[in-house]
Amino acid sequence: MQSTLFHRAAVGLTSLMISGMAVASDWTERSDHNLRPGVTGVSQEVYDLHTTILWIVTIIGLLVFGLILISMIRHRRSKNPNPSTFHENVFLEVLWTVVPFVILIAMAVPATRVLIELDDSSKAELTVKVTGHRWKWEYEYLTYEDDNNVGVSFMSNLATPMEQINNPVLAGGLFPYGTAQDAVGSEFPEKDKNYNLEADKPLYLPSGQKVRFLITSADVIHSFWIPDLGGKKDAIPGFVNETWAIVPEGKEGTYYGQCAELCGKNHAFMPIEAKVVSQDEFETWLAERKEEAAAAPDLTPFADLDEAMELGEQTYAGACAVCHGNNGQGGVGLPFAGSDFATNEEHLEEHIDVLINGRAAMPAFGAQLSPREIAAVVTYERNAWGNDTGDLIQPQDVQDHE
Amino acid sequence: MSTAAAHDDHHHHAPTGLKRWLFSTNHKDIGTLYLWFSFAMFMTGGLLAMVIRTELLEPGMQFVDPEFFNQMTTVHGLAMVFGAVMPGFVGLANWMIPLMIGAPDMALPRMNNWSFWILPFAFLILLSSVFMSAFGAGNPAAPNFGWTFYAPLSTEYGPASTDLFILSVHMMGISSIMGAINVIVTVFNLRAPGMTLMKMPLFVWTWLITAFLLIAVMPVLAGAVTMMLTDRHFGTSFFNAAGGGDPVLFQHVFWFFGHPEVYIMILPAFGIVSAIIPTFARKPLFGYASMVYATASIALLSFVVWAHHMFTVGMPLAGTLFFMYMTMLISVPTGVKVFNWVATMWRGSMTFELPMKWAIAFVILFTCGGLSGLMLAITPVDFQYHDTYFVVAHFHYVLVSGAVFSMFAAAYYWLPKWSGVMPNKLLGELHFWSSLISVNLLFFPMHFVGLAGMPRRYADYALQFADYNFWISIGGFWFGLSQLLFLAVCVLCAMKKGEKAPARSWEGAEGLEWEVPSPAPFHTYDTPPVVK
Repeated sequence: MQSTLFHRAAVGLTSLMISGMAVASDWTERSDHNLRPGVTGVSQEVYDLHTTILWIVTIIGLLVFGLILISMIRHRRSKNPNPSTFHENVFLEVLWTVVPFVILIAMAVPATRVLIELDDSSKAELTVKVTGHRWKWEYEYLTYEDDNNVGVSFMSNLATPMEQINNPVLAGGLFPYGTAQDAVGSEFPEKDKNYNLEADKPLYLPSGQKVRFLITSADVIHSFWIPDLGGKKDAIPGFVNETWAIVPEGKEGTYYGQCAELCGKNHAFMPIEAKVVSQDEFETWLAERKEEAAAAPDLTPFADLDEAMELGEQTYAGACAVCHGNNGQGGVGLPFAGSDFATNEEHLEEHIDVLINGRAAMPAFGAQLSPREIAAVVTYERNAWGNDTGDLIQPQDVQDHE
Repeated sequence: MSTAAAHDDHHHHAPTGLKRWLFSTNHKDIGTLYLWFSFAMFMTGGLLAMVIRTELLEPGMQFVDPEFFNQMTTVHGLAMVFGAVMPGFVGLANWMIPLMIGAPDMALPRMNNWSFWILPFAFLILLSSVFMSAFGAGNPAAPNFGWTFYAPLSTEYGPASTDLFILSVHMMGISSIMGAINVIVTVFNLRAPGMTLMKMPLFVWTWLITAFLLIAVMPVLAGAVTMMLTDRHFGTSFFNAAGGGDPVLFQHVFWFFGHPEVYIMILPAFGIVSAIIPTFARKPLFGYASMVYATASIALLSFVVWAHHMFTVGMPLAGTLFFMYMTMLISVPTGVKVFNWVATMWRGSMTFELPMKWAIAFVILFTCGGLSGLMLAITPVDFQYHDTYFVVAHFHYVLVSGAVFSMFAAAYYWLPKWSGVMPNKLLGELHFWSSLISVNLLFFPMHFVGLAGMPRRYADYALQFADYNFWISIGGFWFGLSQLLFLAVCVLCAMKKGEKAPARSWEGAEGLEWEVPSPAPFHTYDTPPVVK
């Protein structure tokens, strides 16, 4: 915020003017005023279309505003005391109906071509199913080259910690509302460069190969959008949408994206981080993930309550805190601190069951968390914030749960 | 305006005090009620926008939590669309249509009363959810799914207050439909002798077409919220994929209402500007007939472009192409209108009184919004623009510096007729220039952050958007405060403080409304005038 308004406006306008030549293809270059050309063939074409139409509307706008300005100067009463009385001109009226029509056709032709190209998602080498959840993305690798059953899937959460997100409330605490109350009087946090864009587990993609995304949702509508790959597609429950991208070789890198359809409280906090790597690197990465998926779950028992609590705290912060509150005070989800559910022995089995299978708006975590993590988080919820039940749940208990 | 009754030379006594307003069947009083209500909602919606802009002043969460932020964006949109813009235009229609066509009143005065008095209660119901959310125990959420209330976010996942929202939307719909019926019946039956359709002022024409749009689409909105209601409480699955329903159906139904709705909010503005520019250019409107045809074709086209709001839901190629072409086509009649206004100004003898200033600002800024709309029509590029701040910039240019500016123009233009005094020049000039600069500071940089990739309805954003958002917020506070000047102008007029206005308050003004004294007597045109 050091720069002045005029500086910003001048920079913005100048770069809009020369946007035809701008090549800011890397998100880290942070074009903060124009569309990003992106890294795929489609995104380049979209960018070119954008530049063309921006020029067309700029010229039309300047023409119209120029005429208004000339008229305001030359046809004011002090200059032109006797107004004309004309109020019709067939030639002019036909002209300004036909000319815009022709311009429109000229714009529709390239737009149609790009649309037809975008529509063809056949012959993909990699197919990834993308599922939107409130508020994280799930990536499932379905097929890769000749392998029709890759069977690798994982959840991708926001990596930016809450401490960076919560600013201290404005001095004097102007009616802090909701979770903002937690931040009264705290230190102003430093924010990372990729604040709100980084995910804990990125989506790996190979360069030089056609990737098809199958996009759907587990709850409400989300929208899967990586600007550098050239557009967005909605993730709709009950529908599977398709889109595709080829990131050319030599354009390996990290490309960030965000959810683009309002999906509730943490809509702004479910980023997409795509790591595009060479095909060799991608194959190595995929092989490792397959090995992990094939391995039996780690059922090593916890040595003591503290060990379980430590893992539980980490897991809780990543998976549960968004709905149930940092201190178990509740929010979108039910409260735990001091609740009957989290302290009464009778509800212990139910507690484990809800975590594994979900209930109503509570999603099922059986596929997302390992038995060890589920055991730890149940232990944590039953012992933190003064609950102190002393219950220690072991991974085997979760594994044995029906 | 309260002393307007004193000028009543009619044989019966008009009721006074609260009863005058509660039981009013007089088109002028009801128009006044609508206008004050619209202004109150404009300030309320504005207040909610200030909460949004405070939170977005810097990256990070510092003022409200994201849940409350979503409630603010939702109710801001609803209050502005259904509370400020639509009732504002209905108020102008009530006041001006009978005066312009030489009718003694609206055709259905009791229904007129009802259609206004439903509105305050509809908004009381809606806003009560915001009060409960801000101050109630446990902070039950107000509607938090955006003004477009997409299913399933608003159905399975909607807060309890969604039911208040549904009831409130139903009431607003009933009010709008009754208002529209009244306009149509009045225009078709109560025109003075000689006032043929093609002699009507354009404001009457645009409102007539708007009224048909309202009758066509408000029932569709009512259908959408009724299906929501049965999905939520009666076990149906219209929009629930798990029950065999279709969440995308919701968007089709909503936008089949929603797209004509955006023209409902702009067509009367075209009428206002078409009245003001000829007055101050002292030259007849260029292309009157083509204006009427352009308005009608915009209205017809508005029924076949709805899916351009939902290009990213994954429609078949043929559908996408159809909606792209139709959307682009709308720019032709809209362009005709803009060119006609410019041609009206051309070789006129212009002066720049307050209404003219607002009208010219309208033409320029609305054109900006129209041009960004054309950019949004290009579907492959819309895949990038969709649901970013670029869209927010576009529709605020057409709605704020478009529809709202036209209402300011109308207010400054007709305030002398309503109140009998000229609006205060100094305050008016301050209001205009302050609003003009701040509205651009507020909305122009939104184009930049949107293109750079900031999604809309975000409570927090990545760091590269920080600088612009800071200035957008400053513009927002400035624009909001500027509107207090307008309040002062209106209060001064209502208190009859100011230069007395003659019957023809503006030198070049033409039309029947300028034939009656200022302020307009409580009853006008008991015997119809003859239009030659």
